Amino acid sequence: MQLLQSLPMNLGLGWAVALIPLLPLATFVLLGLFGRHHFRNNAGVIGTFSLFISTLTALYIANGYFFEYGSVNGVYQKIMALQITWLEFSPGFSIDMGILLDPISVMMLVVVTFVSLMVHIYSLSYMKGEERFSTYYAFLSLFTFSMLGLVISSNIFQLYFFWELVGVSSFLLIGYYFDRPSAVAAAKKAFIVTRFADLGFLIGILILSFQAGTFDFNELIARLGTASNPAFQSATAASFMGVSALTWGLVLVFIGGAGKSAMFPLHIWLPDAMEGPTPVSALIHAATMVVAGVFLVARLFPVFSVSPAALAIVTYIGIISALFAAVIACTQTDIKRVLAYSTMSQIGFMMFALGVSGNAGESGLGFTASMFHLFTHAMFKALLFLGAGSVIHFIHSNEMQDMGGLRKLLPVTHICFLLACLAISGIPPFAGFFSKEEILLAAYTSNPAVYYIALVTSGLTAFYMFRLYFNIFWSKAVPAHAPLDHHHGEGGFPIVLPLVLLAAGSVAAGFIPFGKFVSVNGKALETELHLVFSVAPVLLALAGILLATWLYKKQNERPAAISASLGGLYKAAHRRFYIDEIYVFITKKILFNLVGKPAAWFDKNVVDGMVNGTAEATATVSEKIRGLQSGKVQQYAMFFLVAVIFLAVIFIYLWK
Amino acid sequence: MMEPGLYHILFISAALFFIGMYGFFTRRNLITMLMSIELILNSVNLNFIAFNKYLWPHKLDGVFFSIFVIAIAAAEAAVAIAIIINLYRSHQSIDVETAEELKY
Repeated sequence: MQLLQSLPMNLGLGWAVALIPLLPLATFVLLGLFGRHHFRNNAGVIGTFSLFISTLTALYIANGYFFEYGSVNGVYQKIMALQITWLEFSPGFSIDMGILLDPISVMMLVVVTFVSLMVHIYSLSYMKGEERFSTYYAFLSLFTFSMLGLVISSNIFQLYFFWELVGVSSFLLIGYYFDRPSAVAAAKKAFIVTRFADLGFLIGILILSFQAGTFDFNELIARLGTASNPAFQSATAASFMGVSALTWGLVLVFIGGAGKSAMFPLHIWLPDAMEGPTPVSALIHAATMVVAGVFLVARLFPVFSVSPAALAIVTYIGIISALFAAVIACTQTDIKRVLAYSTMSQIGFMMFALGVSGNAGESGLGFTASMFHLFTHAMFKALLFLGAGSVIHFIHSNEMQDMGGLRKLLPVTHICFLLACLAISGIPPFAGFFSKEEILLAAYTSNPAVYYIALVTSGLTAFYMFRLYFNIFWSKAVPAHAPLDHHHGEGGFPIVLPLVLLAAGSVAAGFIPFGKFVSVNGKALETELHLVFSVAPVLLALAGILLATWLYKKQNERPAAISASLGGLYKAAHRRFYIDEIYVFITKKILFNLVGKPAAWFDKNVVDGMVNGTAEATATVSEKIRGLQSGKVQQYAMFFLVAVIFLAVIFIYLWK
Repeated sequence: MMEPGLYHILFISAALFFIGMYGFFTRRNLITMLMSIELILNSVNLNFIAFNKYLWPHKLDGVFFSIFVIAIAAAEAAVAIAIIINLYRSHQSIDVETAEELKY
């Protein structure tokens, strides 16, 4: 951990980075307190402008970090740009607030500010005329602040702090339309499920930092990630139920990450979260917040890599989620839900890429691939959601059967959406191709079983994305109730600009030599494309696209026939494999009956019984002795006298 | 003339105490009851002084206690008279029976 503490620009750098999250925080406070009355109409402009400055700062920092001072002798350093003691419990033991710059945090800074800026601009038009326009922007700013704070956290407790803030702002934004019962339910569900996962995260943090004796990431990694360190040895020696404390800590931390990243089986909140406004879905539930879990695993990756068991869990949860979500996505009819399951599937890709990665040089390909996919996915998934938002804005419905034939009516959206679909399907030369290729290669070299599942899943990805694409833009002629008066058409400049910029990103992002900048140990990793290796995935993707074309380009009977012939499987996938029902069964039938009811009985009869019993006993006794308190002063004095005489007799004559 | 001894004074003090007690139990007038209390307190004072003078003549503790008691008695009288005046204002009487309803 060679810090650049000697450099004079260090302090200035720290505050420059701190500016990136602090600007949205300032916007949140301003709009949250005064927005309703003073900035009713220009809240959007204020929020967008302040975020624009943040974005520029982030780009400036990224430029400086990657090209000027970040790399020392070809290795990217972890720069502790700022450190403030925040809560000091005792000398030497404190929770700090700090900024840690390393390739992944700088990359995340750029992704978060950029996507957030796109969403801010998009919302200028999309959310126009909303009653709580300024509140919306205040919440967006709060979210951006928390997410930026999360990615630059220098210690695990600070990360947890921002992690919860992110959860709260997600809750607020999902429940933005609070007059809709479904949105309220979805917000609560998202919050409760992620909170439940965060319980695991918190316990994991406590285990890890107890074993390492520090909260600080650099220290923690140095102590737990090296086999010769005493902290590592005690963490692996201590065991609970046959599993070492280190593995327990990592698995529990991963549970937190899985909750936030909607990994199976904690994914149930993500599809429902689509009740929020569509730009919010693009920002939070596709591009940024849901990858926090991936980021967390990547942040602690050197520690994960010393525990093969924890890595195996990451791998298998990732690959199961990827396949599972892809199958469900093929059957959903709500376009946002298709995208939600697609997000879950892609995050599964990132997770298992981390799981199969090693911690050094060439074997660290999975790590680089995962971060690369995170980066490209943020581009095209945000684009897909914003495109879907544009469609929904136009047609006022989320359902596929209300759409079709929109390519003439929404030409820009159509092109951008198509580019994003190609990118996510992994067709060269779009962004998704490069990152997915690397993931598949990493899987191929370390775990063939995972590789084959991933291969099938990427074929499915192409199929369901193009099913979505054809259903929206082709399929029928023009939908019967499409608003043909073009007065709101594609929306204005604020809607088109983000689409175009993100589309450019989706096309070009793949050409960034990502391995040079982001790798597991900071050294440049040469990634090369193996053309022969790429044949299978690309052919599968093309097959998926062709199948989707055959089934959905023109409206026909084939899809119905196929779904009928699949019977139970189709129905199960359509009903999302009954996971929600299982949860309801577990909570309502098992937990409520076996735990809730006895607890309620105990509370009513024993706890309340004790309190009521005390009150009743007091009441009965006082009823009996109230006659003594007559109000006659002289009577009292008489009692007093008699008692004193009595005591005097005892003490003088009897107490010898 | 015979010098009074400790027992004489203790006798007077005891007499004073029981006179005060009697007054406190039998009178219904609050002012009279207050006066009875003063008698009781003064009997205690007498005790203190007597014991101090006859048993520990070179010490002053008993005197100090008496002065304390006198001060407290004065304060107590002030408070009690204030209470009695208020009682009179609201009930037009200073009979101890009328104070019984204060318990509600």
